[in-house]
Formats: sequence, structure tokens, C-alpha cells
Amino acid sequence: MSHGFGAALPVEDGKPRLPGNLHTNRRLSSWLAIHPDGRVTITPGKVELGQGILTTLGQIAAEELDVDFSRVTARPAATPDSPNEAVTSGSLSTQDSGSALRHVCAAARHIFLGVVAQRVGVPLEAIRIEDGRFFGPAGEIGSYWALADQALLECEAPSEVTIKTPGQRRIAGTSVPRVDLPDKVFGAARYVHDLRLPGMLHARVVRPQARGAMLTELREGPLPGDAKVVRDGSFLAVLAATEWDAEAAATRLAARATWAAEDTLPEQALLTDWLRDAATRGERSTVAARADPAPPVARTLRRSFHRPYLAHGSIAPSCAVARWEDGSIEVFTHSQGPYNLRADLAKALRRPQDSIIVRHREGAGCYGHNGADDVALDAVLAARAVPGVPVRLLWSRAEELGWSPVSPAMLVDIEADLDAAGNLAGWRSHIVSNGHSSRPGRGAEPTLLSAPFLAVPFAVPPSINPPMAAGGGAPRNGVPLYRIPAMEVATTRLLEMPIRTSALRGLGATLNVWSIESLMDEAAGLAGVDPIEYRRRHLDDPRAIAVLDRVAAMAGWADRSRREGFGMGIGLARYKNSGAWAAVVAEVEARERILCRRLWIAGDVGEVVNPDGVANQYEGGALHGVSIALLEQVRFDRRSVTSDNWESYPILRFSEVPQVQVALIDRPEQPFLGAGEASMAPTIAAIAGAITDALGIRPRALPFIPDNLAQAEA
Amino acid sequence: MVQFMLNGEAVALAVPDDVPLLQALRGPAGLSGPRFGCGNELCGSCMVLVGGTPRYACTLAAGAVAGQQVVTVEGLGTPAAPHPLQSAFLAEQAGQCGYCLSGILVSAAALLARDKSPDEAAIRAALEPHLCRCGSHNRIIRAIQRAAEAIQSAMAEAIP
Repeated sequence: MSHGFGAALPVEDGKPRLPGNLHTNRRLSSWLAIHPDGRVTITPGKVELGQGILTTLGQIAAEELDVDFSRVTARPAATPDSPNEAVTSGSLSTQDSGSALRHVCAAARHIFLGVVAQRVGVPLEAIRIEDGRFFGPAGEIGSYWALADQALLECEAPSEVTIKTPGQRRIAGTSVPRVDLPDKVFGAARYVHDLRLPGMLHARVVRPQARGAMLTELREGPLPGDAKVVRDGSFLAVLAATEWDAEAAATRLAARATWAAEDTLPEQALLTDWLRDAATRGERSTVAARADPAPPVARTLRRSFHRPYLAHGSIAPSCAVARWEDGSIEVFTHSQGPYNLRADLAKALRRPQDSIIVRHREGAGCYGHNGADDVALDAVLAARAVPGVPVRLLWSRAEELGWSPVSPAMLVDIEADLDAAGNLAGWRSHIVSNGHSSRPGRGAEPTLLSAPFLAVPFAVPPSINPPMAAGGGAPRNGVPLYRIPAMEVATTRLLEMPIRTSALRGLGATLNVWSIESLMDEAAGLAGVDPIEYRRRHLDDPRAIAVLDRVAAMAGWADRSRREGFGMGIGLARYKNSGAWAAVVAEVEARERILCRRLWIAGDVGEVVNPDGVANQYEGGALHGVSIALLEQVRFDRRSVTSDNWESYPILRFSEVPQVQVALIDRPEQPFLGAGEASMAPTIAAIAGAITDALGIRPRALPFIPDNLAQAEA
Repeated sequence: MVQFMLNGEAVALAVPDDVPLLQALRGPAGLSGPRFGCGNELCGSCMVLVGGTPRYACTLAAGAVAGQQVVTVEGLGTPAAPHPLQSAFLAEQAGQCGYCLSGILVSAAALLARDKSPDEAAIRAALEPHLCRCGSHNRIIRAIQRAAEAIQSAMAEAIP
């Protein structure tokens, strides 16, 4: 069963509970193969997105099997053989795939040792393993490789296995170098963009002039390189033998196309008004409600916060390679969810799922639901026109920034009640946003970009929110971590979607953490208490307190001194209120605009499998947060997204990257939690606090650029 | 047909003169290191060295490099004989998705060729044309500093 939210939601199927995604993919052989030549292959359904997950999963496997890490390779996920682990998202891969693989490898180890023990007549407990070789009291008695019999793994995982204790681990918990990095520094063909199949043609899409525009006329004429035109309704593409002919042909063809376009987007300058208006027609729900006895309210703070639409901004445009032959479709993709993509391709093409094979290949960095799935359909549509011929379809930069799903614009209204001592007595908030997921594979209609443009079109369903059990979408992190006796958190999901929205790193946390932390800072100021001390007063969670204390020590918070034009701020969150902890101190400098100069980050992901990898993820997420805080907003007119290049959608550059220090609190006895999204939202919150410290104003709208800061309140 | 020196070897590529060098390199030359990112000189993924100078291969016409020395990331070194920068990037684990690294590595090589021990500001300035979205910037800066030190100490050892 695929719920498709990345998370292993509890499945009540009456079967013994197995860890992570092993519960729904129970056969050992679907995760692991041991070969006679001394190699081990792991076959997770999670995919490499640039986050280093295949290295982490390899470490976990090598550890439990007791083989050298270099023996383990990960096979890229593919339908129909890989375990269906839904979507690689939500910072869940280590916990859901890693815990499954740990269990699988511990089970395999036990099975292999059992066979040898019986064969040699040695008690199982008397056998030790050194890099895959088995030793009894009298010397070597076998190895995985000598025994390599995949039939031993053709069984369901047992519910009980003996996992190594933290003290026994030698590989998990160390900073093993990433397996993918050598290819990347030597320029090897590693990305889906680099696939070169025999006879492969190159394809480009000609996009409509506006959102929802329909192709009304297409003048005929010769094209460069005898390029072939592919048309299905208002989906328009070209195919040519070379990339340059495909691009020239696409440009030529665009000039010959006439589109019926209408104004369908709101006025950007009135975006918050549009959000409030659309909310009156939206779907309201309660996220959290609590009514414990509360002290009398002495004062209520009423504050509103807004963030714009945000783009993914991957460095490579999305790409896919597809082949359509005798009714069989094969597609190479950097999608986060091969099975989910297959489901929507089947719907969009009106073909059975088992006629489609989806194979993962790496793309450039993926920070959420970008154009990867969309371009896969585009490539298949182009390949359908040339049966048997592989087709590589690459988006342009303008398509990547202008037509990928974006993270929705949001606003939140908060009322925070303070008691006579200045502590939080009540909290009411209302979060307004489009849904944060239009991922494929979940609904009756395909959500792929080109589906509504086909001759027999599909409707565009408004995006949805993952359930709160999976972390929620718009209200993600919208429930304060802090002790507040009376609370009501509500959200309204908009049912109109002028710009297609979906999941981007952090989802609603980007707004929610910042808005909560801003009120904590303001309330601390009113109470005359240090912001970190004020947070500690409202915290019961010892791990939250531990990261706060660690980051305060790292940044020298207690002894900080005022410098003209500089400020420091703090941000704290536990991602999804159920994942990893992060506390961030930011230092900013206020010049003609705000620059972030230094970041200190303390994190807690439970058991750390690869410390350097986790530090890399925390730092990367934080720098993503700096970029969002200080620079990013999708721009649009009434018809289209206009911020479709790096000048109109600037991101953080080398000259403005702050210095970063990361410290992790290792808890080897605790379950592992994902690292990729924990630091971003607290970084944004810390920067906002630092701006207040430097300038005495409280930002109310992202990004924190001069125009928005001019609207900020003292 | 465009003829030039590619990573130390003479090549003759069957492309029209006005085709972007990037497509000539990724097409008939069969390389993967130079990467397409924006096609508009705004991200640096496609950066190559022409006569030792970083140039955007996405907009430079192939014909413009006729007779010149073109070096891509593949020309810096190999797994068996890595450039000090490539070793340093691995040592610092300077990358996540890695898509930006081909261009950054050649710009860094050009920097170290003219400045043996660049300070952090010089490194940041040399990398300003390059975008990295994963947030590996600080590791990349440290890797370039590490490579500069490695080159310096190798030179010191070579002097009797």
C-alpha cells in the first residue's frame, strides 16, 4: 500500500510490526543480495537526492552484516522490483529505510550464521565475523561469499532480530566518505542528464504563453535539423538528433504558435489580500486544541506574518529519458517516488501501471517536489511519437523556475495571551495557505504538469496537505513546542490554486517557526527576560533545552556585546514536532540590506550514522534558510510566473554566505531522525530575531528585504 | 568542423561554428563534466577554461575556441591521478548533489594558477559566478584553501 507521504504511517494489517518500510515490504530479498564475488547489494526504495542517503544506508548494512563498507553498493530504485518506499521526502529516509535495512541485515546475518553453525557443528554464538568471513573456535569456517545463496533471503523478515548495541558499532556512527562524490569531482556521467542511449533523440517543450493557455493555432514550416513536432492538444514539443537543433527548433516553433490566454493569477502586490479573500472560500480545520486551566490574561499580542511563493531553484533543469516500444514504456527519472510517478504516468497516458517501468537516476539537488515528475511525462509523450527510440527531454531554466510546482504563499494570524508575569497563557493561530502537496500517485487525477494540456485533458486538483501524523503541510510546526495552557491552532486550505503548489523543504515550517519564534522574542522583551531564558521557561522537552543550551554556549550568547549595525537572534524548532531538533543563532549586519554573517547551529538527530553527512545537511539547510530569508520570492504577473531566471529569482551567492559552525548532540541509543530539513526554519527565525536586535523592528513578511522591512513594526 | 585542443588532445568536432561550446562538449566530444544549468551565464555549471581563463561554455560559440586550449573538469585529473583540488574536495567532502562542482573546480584551478595562496575573500570572489544550491559553499572554500596548501608544500618538497 502506498500512502505516498514519505512516512511509514502505522499500517493496521494484523501482521507483526516490522520497523520502517519493512512492514509493507517484508521480503529480505527485496532489500538485500549477497554475491559469491564478495559484494553486497542493497536495494532500498529511497533515492539519492544529493543528501547522501545511499552512503548512510550502506553504512547501516555493512555494520549489521559485519562486512567492510567498500563491499556494499546500492542499486538505484526501480519499479517493479525495489521495495515501494513511496516518496524520498520528509527527512524520513534514515528512519524508515535505514531501520528496515538494519533489521534486514541483522536477519540475514543470523540466517547465514545459522546455516554455517549447523553445517560445522559450532554453536552460533561461538562464531564471529570479520569482513564477511566466519570464524569458529578452530578457525575459519566459511563466509557470506562462499555461502552466497539468494534463496536464503527468499523469506519474510522475522519480527525479532538481534541488532548490534551502540557500543558494538564500528561503521555506523563514523564519517564514511560519500560514495557519490568521486564521480562528481571527476565529471563522470552520473546524472540522468548524462544518459546516452543508442540512437537517442533530444526533445524540448514549447510551453504556453500563460498559465492554462490553450494552443489555438500552429503554423507549419521547416524546422532546424528536420526536427519533428509532437503535439497532443496544447502539449507541444520538438524532437531532433542534436540538442542544438532541438533548442533552435523549439524557439522557431514557439514563434509559430498562437495561444488563447487569460488573466488567471492574482495581483502580486495584493497577494495577502487574495489569500484572505480565498480563505473565505477555503477548507478550515483545527490542527490542535487545548484548554488547560490558564492564569488570567494581562495582555494579548496580535500579529500577522506572510511569506511569498518560493521556488526550488535546483541547479539543473529537470530531465528525463524515455522509450516507448510495443506498448512498453521505460523512463529514467530523478523523481523522489518511482512508484508514485508510475501511478500518475499510467493515469495520464491511460495505460496500465504494469506497462511502465520507472528507473531512478540522480539529478541535481532536490529540495522537494520539483519538476522531476513533470518532465518524465513530457519525455514519455515525446517518446510516444518515435516508437522504440530513446528520447532525452531537458527543461530550460525558464521552465524549471517558472513551471515547476512552487511552495505556496502563506499567512498566519496569531493571538498570544500573556499573564501578569509575562508568560504565555494562551495561543490562537490561523494559518492560510494552498496545500503543500500535489505529489503524484495520490489522487484520482494525475498531478503532472502537462496532463491538463492534453487533447483529452485532466482537471488540476488543488493541492492537499499531508496529515498531521505525517507532519502536516501548511500547519507543519504550527503548534508551538512551548508550554501554553490554552491553545487553538487552525488552518485553512485554499481550494483555488492559481499557481501550482507543492512540497518544498520544511513545507509550512518556514513560516510557522519564524512566526512563533518572533512572538517568543517579543514576549521575552516585554517580560524583560533574555530570549533564550524565556524559551527555557516554556520548555519541558530536555532535548530542546539541550540544543538551546549548546548553541548559546557556541555563540557566546550570554556574553555577546552590542555592535553598531549588527544583531544576534535565536531560533528553535523540532522539525514536524516529531523529528530532529535544531537551535540556531544568527548574526546579521544591517547595511543597505541585511547580510547574514555567522550562524551557530546545534542539532540532535538521535543516533548519528554519518556525523559529517548530518553536519553537511544541517549546514546546507541553514544556508537554504539564509537564502529564503534574505532574497527569495517568486514573481508573477496576471498570467505567468515572471521570475524565471537567476536574475529575477536570486539565491545566495558565495560572497554573502555566512560562516557556519555545527555541533551535533549524538544520542546513539535513540532512534535516528532525518537531518535534511531541521535547520532551515530555525535559521529564518534566528535571522528575523537578529534583525530586531540590530534595527529594533520586527519583520512581518519574507523575504527580509528593504521593501518588506520598511513595513515592519517597531 | 571545429578543431581545438581539448584536455590536452587535438579534437575535430562535427558541429556548426555557432553551436554553444557546451553542446559540442556534451555532444560529439562525449563529455559529461561541463553541465547545463541556465544557458545564460548566470550559474557557472558549464564553466570551462579557454586558454586558462574561465568561460561560460553555454553561450560561447564552439567556433570561437578554434585552435585554442580548452580544459574541462575531466582535464584537471582522474581518479588515478587527481588534481590537488579534486583530492581536496574529496577530503573536505565538499559537495552534496555535486552538479555545480565541475564548473567550480575549473574556476578554482584558474584561481590557483594565478594566485598560489588566495585568501578567503579572493576565493569567494573567484567563485562569485557560481551558484551552489545545496549549501556546500564553506566546504568548497575550505577545500580550495586545502588544495592551495597542498600545492605549496609539494612545491617546497620539490625544491632541493
